[in-house]
Amino acid sequence: MTTPLLKVRGLKIGATVYPPGEKPHDIEIVHGVDFDVEPGKVLGLIGESGAGKSTIGLASMAYGRGGVKLTAGSVEVNGRDVLQAPLRDIRKLRGAEVTYVSQSAAASFNPAKQIMEQVIEAAVGQGKFSKSEAQKRAVELFTKLGLPNPDTIGNRYPHQVSGGQLQRCMTALALCPEPDLVVFDEPTTALDVTTQIDVLKAIKDAIRDTGVAALYITHDLAVVAQVSDHIMVLRYGEKVEYGTTDQIINAPQEAYTKALVSVRSITHEEKQPTEPVLRVENITARYKGTNFNVLHDVSVDISPGQTLAVVGESGSGKSTLARVITGLLPPSAGKITFAGRTLTPDQPSRSMEDLRELQMIYQMADTAMNPRQTVGTIIGRPLEFYFGLKGAEKQKRIQELLDEIELGQGFQDRYPAELSGGQKQRVCIARALAAKPTLIICDEVTSALDPLVADGILKLLLNLQKIEDVAYLFITHDLATVKAISDSIAVMYQGKVQRYGTKSEVLTPPYDDYTDLLLSSVPEMKLGWLEDVIANRKMESAGN
Amino acid sequence: MLKNIPLSAAIGLLITGTYFLAAIFASWIAPYGMAETVGDVWEPSSAQFWLGTDQIGRDLLTRMIYGGQTTIFIATAATILSFTTGSVLGFLAAVSGGWIDQVMSRLVDLFMSIPSLILALVILSSIEATVVTLIVIMGLLDSTRVYRLARAVAVDISVMDYVEAARLRGEKLGWIIFREILPNALSPLVAEMGLRFIFMVLFISTLSFLGIGVQPPLADWGGIVKENKEGINFGIGAALYPAVAIATLAISVNLIADWILNRTTSLKGGRG
Repeated sequence: MTTPLLKVRGLKIGATVYPPGEKPHDIEIVHGVDFDVEPGKVLGLIGESGAGKSTIGLASMAYGRGGVKLTAGSVEVNGRDVLQAPLRDIRKLRGAEVTYVSQSAAASFNPAKQIMEQVIEAAVGQGKFSKSEAQKRAVELFTKLGLPNPDTIGNRYPHQVSGGQLQRCMTALALCPEPDLVVFDEPTTALDVTTQIDVLKAIKDAIRDTGVAALYITHDLAVVAQVSDHIMVLRYGEKVEYGTTDQIINAPQEAYTKALVSVRSITHEEKQPTEPVLRVENITARYKGTNFNVLHDVSVDISPGQTLAVVGESGSGKSTLARVITGLLPPSAGKITFAGRTLTPDQPSRSMEDLRELQMIYQMADTAMNPRQTVGTIIGRPLEFYFGLKGAEKQKRIQELLDEIELGQGFQDRYPAELSGGQKQRVCIARALAAKPTLIICDEVTSALDPLVADGILKLLLNLQKIEDVAYLFITHDLATVKAISDSIAVMYQGKVQRYGTKSEVLTPPYDDYTDLLLSSVPEMKLGWLEDVIANRKMESAGN
Repeated sequence: MLKNIPLSAAIGLLITGTYFLAAIFASWIAPYGMAETVGDVWEPSSAQFWLGTDQIGRDLLTRMIYGGQTTIFIATAATILSFTTGSVLGFLAAVSGGWIDQVMSRLVDLFMSIPSLILALVILSSIEATVVTLIVIMGLLDSTRVYRLARAVAVDISVMDYVEAARLRGEKLGWIIFREILPNALSPLVAEMGLRFIFMVLFISTLSFLGIGVQPPLADWGGIVKENKEGINFGIGAALYPAVAIATLAISVNLIADWILNRTTSLKGGRG
């Protein structure tokens, strides 16, 4: 057995919290974690938000973000305990022996400097290479990471390359000083699935070729399974399970790991289309002041009590379609029929009945609820507004709705800030249901949630569909979600409907090239999946 | 709610509270009548006249207490006027958008391009300066500043999803402004209110010092400075008392505004 490059023992991390109206006090967010990373190996850290995975990742550089303090334990890099080391030594470590790749490359690059200057900064600043050597090495890395025009891409500014390319530039930045360890903090989470796969492949190859060790932090088990040798599952700042990737994926021991592996196990019986409740015909739309059509000739139908999933990458026009249907963006051509009535193109002129029957649930439940209103007010307002309910009658209905979304007593008086992410989204669902709608537009409602929580929300939505007989227009980029809940599917690409039909029609080969790319890009919890997919692709992803 | 007050805010509350109480109960606590000549010209402070007397022998402490009443009353009333007009119009512009916003905002820009002191001088030279006209002129001139802040804050809030959700529900303008936007815009506005109140105190004091604000025999702090400014030549500090009062009131109100801003911007819906 080789000596570990990174050896973490009994690591405890604390932070000071400042609850309003109380005295500031310390809490512990990581409760004593042990792990090793051997040279050239990749350890995947996986867990939900709040599990402490990013905090642990940064601790390996002896850094605590914000008010976070590393309170106990040891972090040894190449045999030296960096927690005890003076700041001067830690500075020599960061950017030379250990480097970091953050989630959002777009927010991490300085927009006013050329990429090359930033990529070589650490390597030159730490005295590892001269400027020309570092530049040569950067170009080699650009080539290795599959970036187009590796010789000249360094002269561009961050806004001149795509998101996926920028994330690879950041990987080059991290690898440039020839570090022993790279910490990848959710490097592909912000990318589209089809782009994610290219970046993932590039990172994996670069790790293999340079022989660097890595900590790979993510919440997506299927992603981490592709790149790591070992996986550590974290929850509430504690280790749940640790093992080889093969063992975690194929033979998980702990109940929590099993739940993570088997997530998205929802089965939904596909229903046959009937007379549509919403009919979108030949819609073309553009934003004010532009001469570029975001939607071209889009036509879809939704049957009552059924789910139409609209899938596509960012920029495919799927959210714009929702804005056109709700009347926030009047289309330049086309017609929308809802429950047999023609909808007026702009929202203010619609009848109260049309407004009530067409409700919307947003991606970010945080911003979709007024932070200064209680849950009771938020859910009660549509009852009062559409049905004139007051007093005890309204209270009774609010409680019924809270029961329907599986939140019990005592939630009425809470404020949104006192709810968890999943609970917030449930309250938004209740607000939509309060109007007794015929159709709810769900705009990426689960994409900001942890997998297990998202699963609960999808089950709730399906259940409510059975009880209330409501139709959903479900906008998402996540094909696993689509498979789980839809009756029919529309695949959108660059503002056009690329493929449309019932779920079984759309998901049965032969596929068109784009649908094939999209379907094959969804990470599967299978070892070696990444290589298979790359080998069998018919078309390049847009972000490449 | 009065637990855990930081020291700075406690000092601010104490000083501001004293000034306001003195203003409210002026006729009970003032030792002499407001315009009553009780002693010699510019007497030094003594057991009889705590702060001495002014340029025609009135008790300076009495003048200060009544002056504080006038100054604080006018400043408060003008601030309230400027806030109601400024924030309602600002919210309206932000929520309506389009040409309504354009017309209102450009009009406000026009008014702001004229220095407000000069504009006030011009207006006051053509109409009589009474307490009411002073409040209206100061309040309306200052509401342009409040309008800009209220509009900027509301523009940010009005693109939030919960405002869009309210629009989609079919809510009227009144609900969107007063129930969705106002509660969320309150903390920057309250902090600004503290600042604007101080500007009002300075504004009215400036006008009175220039002789076109509060008219004698009514006392106000700016006026007392003006009346006693000649004394400085003879080493008499009567003009400094109102100056100190203006400065301490300004600082203490700011300390409170800072504290409110910290409290209301905390999480948990700001109720903590």
